[in-house]
Amino acid sequence: MTMESNHHLNFLAPQPDRSWLGSWIFSTDHKRIGILYLVAISTFFLVGLCLGLLMRLELIAPGGIIMGPQTYNALFTVHGVIMIFLVVIPSIPAVFGNMILPIQLGAKDVFFPRLNLLSWWLYMFGAGVAVISLFTGGGPPDTGWTFYVPFSTMTKSNTTLSVFGVFILGFSGILTGLNFITTVHRLKPSTTPWMKLPLFTWSLYFTAWIQVLVTPILAITLLLIILERVIGLGLFDPTKGGDPLLYQHLFWIYSHPAVYIMILPAMGVISEIVPVFARKPAFGYRAIVFSGFVIATAGSMVWAHHMFVAGISDTAVMVFSFLTFVVAIPSAIKVFNWTATLYKGSIYLGPPLLYALAFIFLFSLGGLQGLILGSAGTDMHVHDTYFVVGHFHYVVFGGAIFGFFAALHYWLPKMFGRLYNYEWATAALFLKFIGFNLLYFTMLIMGVQGMPRRYYDYLPEFQNLQVISTVGSWILAAGIIMMVINLFYGMRYGEKAGDNPWGGATLEWTVSSPPPAENFEGEPVLTRSPYDFKDIKAPHAE
Amino acid sequence: MQNDSVGSRLGMWLFLFTELMLFGGLFLLYAVYSNRYPAEFSRASKELSTIMGSLNTVVLLTSSLFVVLAVAGIRNNKPRHTVAFLLATIACAGIFLGVKSVEWSEKYHHGLFPNTPTLLAKPKGEIVFFNLYFTITGLHAIHIIIGAIVLGIITWSVYSGKTSSNDYVSLENSGLYWHLVDLIWIYIFPLFYLVVP
Ligand SMILES: [Cu+2]
Repeated sequence: MTMESNHHLNFLAPQPDRSWLGSWIFSTDHKRIGILYLVAISTFFLVGLCLGLLMRLELIAPGGIIMGPQTYNALFTVHGVIMIFLVVIPSIPAVFGNMILPIQLGAKDVFFPRLNLLSWWLYMFGAGVAVISLFTGGGPPDTGWTFYVPFSTMTKSNTTLSVFGVFILGFSGILTGLNFITTVHRLKPSTTPWMKLPLFTWSLYFTAWIQVLVTPILAITLLLIILERVIGLGLFDPTKGGDPLLYQHLFWIYSHPAVYIMILPAMGVISEIVPVFARKPAFGYRAIVFSGFVIATAGSMVWAHHMFVAGISDTAVMVFSFLTFVVAIPSAIKVFNWTATLYKGSIYLGPPLLYALAFIFLFSLGGLQGLILGSAGTDMHVHDTYFVVGHFHYVVFGGAIFGFFAALHYWLPKMFGRLYNYEWATAALFLKFIGFNLLYFTMLIMGVQGMPRRYYDYLPEFQNLQVISTVGSWILAAGIIMMVINLFYGMRYGEKAGDNPWGGATLEWTVSSPPPAENFEGEPVLTRSPYDFKDIKAPHAE
Repeated sequence: MQNDSVGSRLGMWLFLFTELMLFGGLFLLYAVYSNRYPAEFSRASKELSTIMGSLNTVVLLTSSLFVVLAVAGIRNNKPRHTVAFLLATIACAGIFLGVKSVEWSEKYHHGLFPNTPTLLAKPKGEIVFFNLYFTITGLHAIHIIIGAIVLGIITWSVYSGKTSSNDYVSLENSGLYWHLVDLIWIYIFPLFYLVVP
């Protein structure tokens, strides 16, 4: 077999010159790396899910049920660390950014393919360190995912190692971001105008900038925690002249923009799905691009809304509260644009669109709750209660992860060339939607009633709502398992998807499914706008 | 796509940018604390040797010049010059680290080191000053070591002919990295050695 003919094979085909394992874990093909991330991230997602279910089970009745309070502390910490740093932050960029971005752009690969592989190895190394920290030293970390000082510098649990794991994961994210920015700038065909880039590409581009901008701040903050624990440095220790509040500032300078690292790519996915399933150009393309830019910049200036009760000045509270309201505007613009795209479209309610609609509903609710927390007055009441936990999950789970689910249903047929069962996909979504709202809406109510977050025990008056919430977690988990089975089965045995099952107009739908090893045979030519569906058939969306 | 030196340089600039942000977090802490403890900061600063600091500044500026000459050498197709200037740069890195370790160990012998009883007996502002000093110069020294290793690899690559006048973007990029390390020192030096009351 000559090298030439090798290029026409699809990227999943076995590579006879390498061992099976080597052809994956040492592959520099962006699509294979995307699948490596998909496997790793899905695995960690299921682990995080199990930890969440255990917590909910513990809370089904007051007092100890299946674990002690220290185990509970470790559970909510590890659940948070896994879900945030190992799952949600890398999720869409690492999986679908890798799989789709170069093809959408018209490139053969990312700009630095070997660096891309290194990013995955760093991810696995960081994840490994984080996992080892659970079983060694003083046991799993119990600080909460925010690693707040002074507790994180004093606790006997194995916090140093888990912080170091997160530090390495940060590097992995920085390198992926750097790679994507360079890819978009240098591998965009010169014939493609910027304002004809698909919206998913745009969202990844802005996300990459945020990642490159703020992740180093997290890195240095975590390094200071490690130094404080190991050599007693004390830059956040008041007895040594330090100020613990500065830890919170540095942490949120990273971690608020991190919310946009999580949500912007999901918004990109939705912006891609909605026009395709409404057979209409995206309404307000420029407004969607511009609002992505505003989110990326303004979102970096609102961090102190996490610190309204931490002892910052009244002026600071007012300024940050105001800016928080400002940053809600571009998100709202996107929601209006999606609904306007649907308006008078010829809509096909296929699974990807249903997931996108679930995203829009849950994310809008989450965003509105964010304004309650962003207003200083109401925040005083609900700060550190279940309301925050509920809001957070509406945005990050209902937003980022539902966006990830939508992307799975939209792009997996492209990557594997086969379709899943629509009825199962819809039923799974229905289960998840019901379970999700039972699980988290009850948290909002409990929060308003004063149930504090991170408590192992609670007063009897919360019993009913806690039970509903736990039952919701079971329904949600059932829906997720159903989705996983359906996707797995579909990717192996499903009906052949064809090159363009949904009738998309972006470049990834012009290549075969699965795509060939080098994406395009010859130079791809852009013949139409990304959302111009004239004369495109949608064989599986009719 | 490997031959697109503009892209490689763009990637490098983005990386340098993240390095600046990394130190930026520490400089932010410096700004807040020096604002809170101005008198202590200027008193503690007197304990650092301005002569040693100036010496290291001169050493690093010279090394940056050597890097520029090394790049110019390969551009003019004179790889031997490049190798010589790169070795001179690495020597400068060695001198810098030598001076730094003299400074550090002298402080250490006076009991001035994070979490020592002597340091903790001082006023809070001075404790913070020395904690910042050791953190920032320590992180910077690690960058010097990494930079020297990278330059060493590049020297070998030029010597063996792998990096030549046809393709020397890796040399340019390591040069950029060295300039950044130098630039950060240009900020560190006045912030710690030249604090005026
Ligand atoms: Cu925030």
